[in-house]
Amino acid sequence: MTDTAWIDAALTSARPQAVGALLRYFRNLDTAEEAFQNACLRALRSWPQNGPPRDPAAWLIMVGRNVAIDEVRRNKKQQPLPEDDQAISDLDDAEDEIAERLDGSHYRDDILRLLFICCHKDLPTTQQIALALRIVSGLTVKQIARAFLVSEAAMEQRITRAKARVADAKVPFETPGAVERSERLVSVAAMIYLIFNEGYSASGDTADIRSPLCEEAIRLARLLLRLFQSEPEIMGLTALLLLQHARAAARFDADGQVILLDDQDRALWNPKLIAEGLALIDKAMRHRRSGPYQVQAAIAALHARAATPDETDWTQIDLLYGALEVMQPSPVVTLNRAVAVSKVRGPQAALDLIEPLAPRLSNYFHYFGVRGAFLMQLGRNDEARIAFDRAIALANTTAEAAHIRMHIDRLMRDSERRNVKAGK
Amino acid sequence: MLYAILCYHDEDQVGSWSKEQDAAVMKKLAVVQEKLAKQGRLGPVARLLPTTAATTLRKDDPPLVLDGPFAETKEQLLGFYIVDCKNLDEALDVARDLGKANPGGAYEIRPVGVLNPGQVTT
Repeated sequence: MTDTAWIDAALTSARPQAVGALLRYFRNLDTAEEAFQNACLRALRSWPQNGPPRDPAAWLIMVGRNVAIDEVRRNKKQQPLPEDDQAISDLDDAEDEIAERLDGSHYRDDILRLLFICCHKDLPTTQQIALALRIVSGLTVKQIARAFLVSEAAMEQRITRAKARVADAKVPFETPGAVERSERLVSVAAMIYLIFNEGYSASGDTADIRSPLCEEAIRLARLLLRLFQSEPEIMGLTALLLLQHARAAARFDADGQVILLDDQDRALWNPKLIAEGLALIDKAMRHRRSGPYQVQAAIAALHARAATPDETDWTQIDLLYGALEVMQPSPVVTLNRAVAVSKVRGPQAALDLIEPLAPRLSNYFHYFGVRGAFLMQLGRNDEARIAFDRAIALANTTAEAAHIRMHIDRLMRDSERRNVKAGK
Repeated sequence: MLYAILCYHDEDQVGSWSKEQDAAVMKKLAVVQEKLAKQGRLGPVARLLPTTAATTLRKDDPPLVLDGPFAETKEQLLGFYIVDCKNLDEALDVARDLGKANPGGAYEIRPVGVLNPGQVTT
């Protein structure tokens, strides 16, 4: 790696901690971000000559703070600053001084607060994700716009609007209590999951563009887990993302068509990500405090542990989905369970399970795809055809539609063959 | 004499490398390793998964299982090399070569007392 690449990595990794701490000082997101930017500019000038500081985050916080304070003074728009923060302008010993304070528990809450601000409940999820990627991850507007497949101008506007809204939200800056901290953790975990899904639900032709979202979500999940090392649900979340992402290279063929789990080349699954995911879910289960992320990760782990589709422990997966239904009742969970049920008890049992879901999933692509597949297995081809047609009408991506069309083609071939046999 | 070269680095930073950056570092390190391997001086090499995947067993009575790595420091043990060197100077030379390929962090050089190369099948 060249020197500047090393500096880039150091700046990126220090960002959540540094911006989080600067936000605590200045209590204003724009000021905090600007202070961090200024500190980065100085780092780019100073680090190549003087060598990297021992603790880049501490360096950036101190420098960012001093530059911002000097600026405030110069502009004579003296803003009231928290009392314990007397303006310290010289950079000497900056590191030592702040490193001591950072060893405390502050920075954990700083990062959590920074993430939590992004998941303000009034923000639509797409804005939450965009804001987190901009503020916490430090992705450029251009990078985020590309991942969301929108213009840079549109994304700029989205982020500006989101920032304006969180600025009015008045998130408290005091150290949160235990209850508040755990509530924040739940919101932040959900947002990280959303970031991942945004990348994971990409179609074949956009998977490459959007996979950085998955990688960023994993980075944030690992960051959160380092801060809350004994939280089984955060282990579960991280494991879930790692195990899902491990299959990325096998999920689409060269033409961007979906390849289902059963048909994937398991040699393309990433063994390192799987090993890490399995280690995490093992750790999480020891706590005996189950939760939705752990259960989903446990399901993903059973798929990951099966060397071939036939070795998949569908009985266990059925049970886990049953547990998930209790924790998080949702027709989508039941729909997923039905796939396991079809493997264990056959397509009729599975069809019986999803029949009652129809009114609630009448606009859900996967409902009709799965329903069509069960009907097809039962030889009820005409009904299967109707379900698949409906699925195509509801498909979100061209890859989804193409995948269903493949099923329809198979049905047509089947019925042709039967017609030939019957002498029609 | 066998030396262990223990690799410490800021895990946040290593985790922030892009896939390309990571691959580039590994490629440079492979050059150093290959040279040592050709001389028959390279023993086992390991790169450890992130410390978030680590569990610690404190050998209290009864033993206590804790989440996370043993040491909570900024720089974490991320991997190690076992290298055959005549003396400390030679081991330091190897560490310098590795350091050129992968700057940042630190190497701890420790003479090895007992090495059981072992056998794993997976």
